[in-house]
Formats: sequence, structure tokens, C-alpha cells
Amino acid sequence: MKAKLVAALGIAAVVVAAACGGQPEEVAPQPDPDSIARAEQDRLDSIARAQAIQDSIRRAQAEQERISREREEAARREAAITAEVRQMLAGVINFEFDKSNVREGHDTSVLQQKVSILQANSALRLEIAGHCDERGSDEYNMALGMRRANAAKQWLVDHGISESRLTVRSMGEERPTAMGSNEDAWEQNRRDEFAITAGGDRLVMPSGM
Amino acid sequence: MTRRLALVLLSGLLLPGSLAHAQDPPIEQGVRIGITYTPGLRPGMLVLGGPHTELLDSARAILQRDLDYSDHFEIIALPSSDDLVLGITATDDAGAPVDDVYVNYSLYSALGADYAVAVLPGADSLEHVVAVYDVKGESERRRVRLAAMDPLSQEFRMAVHRASDVVVEAVTGVPGIAATRLLFISRGSLYRIDADGANQIQVSQPGATAFSSTWHPDGTRAVYSELEQGWGKLILHDFISGTGRVIPGTEEQLNISPTISPDGGMVAFTRIAEEANEVYRYNLARDCCLERLTVGRFSDNLSPTFSPDGRQIAFVTTRAGGTQIYVMSADGTGQELFAPFDYGVTGNSNAPDWSPDGINITFHRVVAGSPQIFIMETRSRVVQQLSSAGRNEDPTWAPDGRHLAFISGRTGRRQVWVIDVETGRVRQLTRVGEARLPAWSPRIRE
Repeated sequence: MKAKLVAALGIAAVVVAAACGGQPEEVAPQPDPDSIARAEQDRLDSIARAQAIQDSIRRAQAEQERISREREEAARREAAITAEVRQMLAGVINFEFDKSNVREGHDTSVLQQKVSILQANSALRLEIAGHCDERGSDEYNMALGMRRANAAKQWLVDHGISESRLTVRSMGEERPTAMGSNEDAWEQNRRDEFAITAGGDRLVMPSGM
Repeated sequence: MTRRLALVLLSGLLLPGSLAHAQDPPIEQGVRIGITYTPGLRPGMLVLGGPHTELLDSARAILQRDLDYSDHFEIIALPSSDDLVLGITATDDAGAPVDDVYVNYSLYSALGADYAVAVLPGADSLEHVVAVYDVKGESERRRVRLAAMDPLSQEFRMAVHRASDVVVEAVTGVPGIAATRLLFISRGSLYRIDADGANQIQVSQPGATAFSSTWHPDGTRAVYSELEQGWGKLILHDFISGTGRVIPGTEEQLNISPTISPDGGMVAFTRIAEEANEVYRYNLARDCCLERLTVGRFSDNLSPTFSPDGRQIAFVTTRAGGTQIYVMSADGTGQELFAPFDYGVTGNSNAPDWSPDGINITFHRVVAGSPQIFIMETRSRVVQQLSSAGRNEDPTWAPDGRHLAFISGRTGRRQVWVIDVETGRVRQLTRVGEARLPAWSPRIRE
């Protein structure tokens, strides 16, 4: 009878001890095939996760590189287009001797091109400078140059460009581009030149060109 | 023009100078540049030799050139040998002044002189004398004092020029134009040069681009246009102080072709602007009151020039198609045609300048594709062409109303040339890279 009581007490003590949260006895995990497989799976999963993280980093980098390449490419294209449009804007128109009227044909098509560019680039502002050949009175050529600049401005305004986007000035015969006293030089010097005064950093090509 | 008389003397033939009165030489109609003057109709002028010092020799040379350039005389030049010096000494051997000077009138007369001029040392070392002798009347006509100064100094040449002008006045009644200067543009800079071609100096600032100019009637100031980036401001430049200031109201827009009224009170000019190209004026005397004189609407008005009484302004307008010369009152009213033209036939006319005596205007007009110098009598409106070969433009009157400076391309480069309207004689004034837009000064007073 006493032995049973001691055993019962002993069991109860263990139970109480266990129930009271004392230091549990470590129970060595019993290896079993399911947990081995699970551990292996976990290991593979974590390798796969690491791999996936690496992959996504690489994809993101590649994406960034792709984006920046595309941006550079776009910037190069824009710069090339801006340069091309600037070239088109720099085209001069010429005049007959002692005349300031805009001539139909090549000169009006040059101006029409400028109209399209101005319409496609709303921040663009131009200055028109009128020039003369060396003949004619030096002082009168100042007046004639101004009339030539005004004529081009008027044509652009008549074709839809706001006046406030265009300024004019005269250089008379003071800035020839062609030296020489012959018809060819004189023809080249009788001109309007067009310069960008604002909005020329980035230009888009008008549609249809 | 000079004439060598040695051979003439040897052969015993005498070529007397004109006995005609120097004050009314004949006017040739239709005189062309390049055709020489009419000989034998002007008084003979002999510049006598004398004691040789740097100053006296220089003065004699400058004086002879001035008298030649006045185109009033046949200059009689002795052969170069100084052994034939016909000197008149106004001092004796001791240097003391001698009152009765021996003047060899009969010899001078035989040489063809009507007048003789001598540059002599004066009574003291501070002054010399320029003496003018009436050869036919065998008397001294005039004495002009010439201050003794360093012949290399700036003031010396002008002092001799003033003496030359008095000599001309003593003979003809009208002062000469030797004591004058011209402004002109070369390679974008404004230069000033004496009327005999000496003393060329730059007036505009280095780096600045100068354009048309005009003299102030006091001869010590000028107004010119300074260009920058399509605008032009008018600078009033003072030669004495060497400084300039901007005329208010001309800091903006393109302001060119200034002209000053004869009393110095007003400057009229052209404003080239987007709205219009018009004639404006500014009150220099009161330093205020910029106003527009012309209202072109659909035409340009430019290049004003004042009449000598200051009451009128001649100018260029495109209102009749092309450019032609019109005239208006100095306040802008009464605008009407001035130089007659045939519509559609007559070439463009530009750059008018009113003569200081009021009798003529000069301008250039295109004939067969080239500009040529014209003058027009303001009363009768009779127009006369003065040049015919090459490009000749931008004329400006000398104060005597008979000499003009203008730009000619006849040497291959545009230079300033001078023409005497009465005889047609021309001489080249500048030898620079390229000259344009000349302006002749009034007489430079002391």
C-alpha cells in the first residue's frame, strides 16, 4: 500500500511539476520520415526564395537599365529632332532688289514650314532680322531691312501665329553673309533671318513633316 | 592746279593770269567728274618763298595746298630750285622789322600772278605773318597773324588753315574752307580728318559700331549713331573733352541719320521701328521734348536735313513709290515735293543735304542702276547731275556751298572724294580700307 502511494505521489509530483511550468524536460525529437522530408522541403524552399529574390533584383536592375537606355535613346532622338527643327527654322527667305514683299513659291513654303513648327511648339518665340545688299543708300537700307522683317512677320501672323511671339529688327546692309559685288552675293544678302528668342531648348517636329 | 612756268619764261611767252574778278567765276552746266577745270579764268596766285625754318616751310606748304584746294586760283608754282626765291624779308639783318619791304610786283605780274602770298617771320619770335599782296594794284591787301607754335602740334595746322581762309576771303570776299574737318565711317568706326587729308583720328569707342553722323554748328561737337544688335542710339560727342552722352529717347529703337539745326537747338533724325520709319526731332537746347515730325502710314520718311535758316527740313519719303526728296516745315507741317521727278522713270533719290548758303540741296539719285551726285537749286527746282561714272553717293556740303564731299567707288574701294561744283575738279580725300557716310564740318573757330 505504501509503495503505491509513493508512486502515485511521485507521478502526481511529476504531473504537478509539469503542470506548474517548471523546466520541462527536453524531449529529444523522435526522427521520423515525415519531418525529414519537411525539413528538406523547407531547405529547398528557402534556397528557392533566395534565388527568387536574386532574380527579382536582377530583373529590376535590367528593367532600370532598359528604362535608362530608352530614356537616353529618346533624349538622343529628341535632340536630333530639335536640331533638325532648328535647322528648318534657320531657313532664310530672300527678296528682290529694293522690294520687301514676300514672294510666292519657295519663300512662302519656307514660311509655311515655320508656321507649322510654331504651331507645334507653343513656347517658341522668334526674332526676324531684315537685311539688304550693299547697293542703295546706307541709311535707306535700314528702313528697307525693317520693312522686309515686317513683311515676314505679317505673313506669319496672317497664317495664324500670334503677334506676341514674333519680334523684328533691321540690320540694313551691315551684316552681309556673302562678300562680293555681284548678283549672286547681292541675292544672298537680300534676306530675312530667323532666330529663336525663347522656347527652343526642345522642339518637336510638326506632324506631317 | 599748279603750272610750271620755267619753259614759258625761257621761251619768252607769257601766260597772264585772269584779270576777271575772282568773285564771279562762270558756272558750267552739266559738269562731269573727270573732265578738268576750265583753265585761264581764275586769278593767278603765287606763293612766295622766304626764310627757311621748319615752321615757315611747313606753313608755306600747307598754305599753298589750301589755296589750291580752294579751287579759286590758278596756283603759280616756281621751279623747285630755291635760287629763284623771290623772298620778301620783313626784318633786316639784325632781325629788326623793316617797314618798307620790296615787293617785286612787276615780276610777279609777268609770271601771271594777280595775287601773291608770303609767310614771313614776324616782329617777335611769338608771331609770324601771312601777307597778301594785290599784284595788279601793287599794294598789300591783308596781313594775317600766325602764332608761332610747334609745327608738329595739332593746333599748328589748323592755325595755318585759318590763315589760308583769311587769304581767300581777302581776295574773293568769301572765306575759304581749309579750317574744316570731315567725319566718316570706316570698318564700323567713326573717324575725323582735316579737310586737307591730315590728322585722321578715331572718334567712336573701340568695339562700338558707328553709323551716320553730323556736326554741331559750333564745330566742337558732333552727333552720331551707335549701333548694337539692331538698335541704334544717338551719341552727342564733345571733341574738346573727348566724351559723349546718349541723347535721351534714343536708347531704344534704331535711331540714325541725325542732323542739327543751324542754331544748334534741334536735332532731327530717323527712327527705324516696327510700327513705322519716321523723322523725329529732339530739343537739344532745352534737352527735352522728343517729338515725331512725320506720320507715314504706309510710307517711310527718313534722312532729314535742315535748311540754313532752320525753318525747313528736306527729307526722303517713299510715299510716291521709290524714294524721293520732299520738304516740310521744321515742325512737320506743309510736306510737299521738293526735287521733281517723273513717276516710274526717275531713279530713287536719297541722302539729301542742304547747302549752308541755302541755295542748293545735294542728293544722290540712281541713274542707269548706279547712284550719282545731283544738286538742285532750291528756288528754281532745277536739277543738275554732277557725276556720271561708277557709284557716287552720300554727298555733304562744305561751308562754302560750292565744295561737296561724297563717297565714290571709282578706285575699287569706297573712299571720300571732294568735288568743286563750279569747276568740276575732284580730289581723293581718304585712303582707308573702306569709307562711307561723310559729314563736312562748319568752319572750326579758334
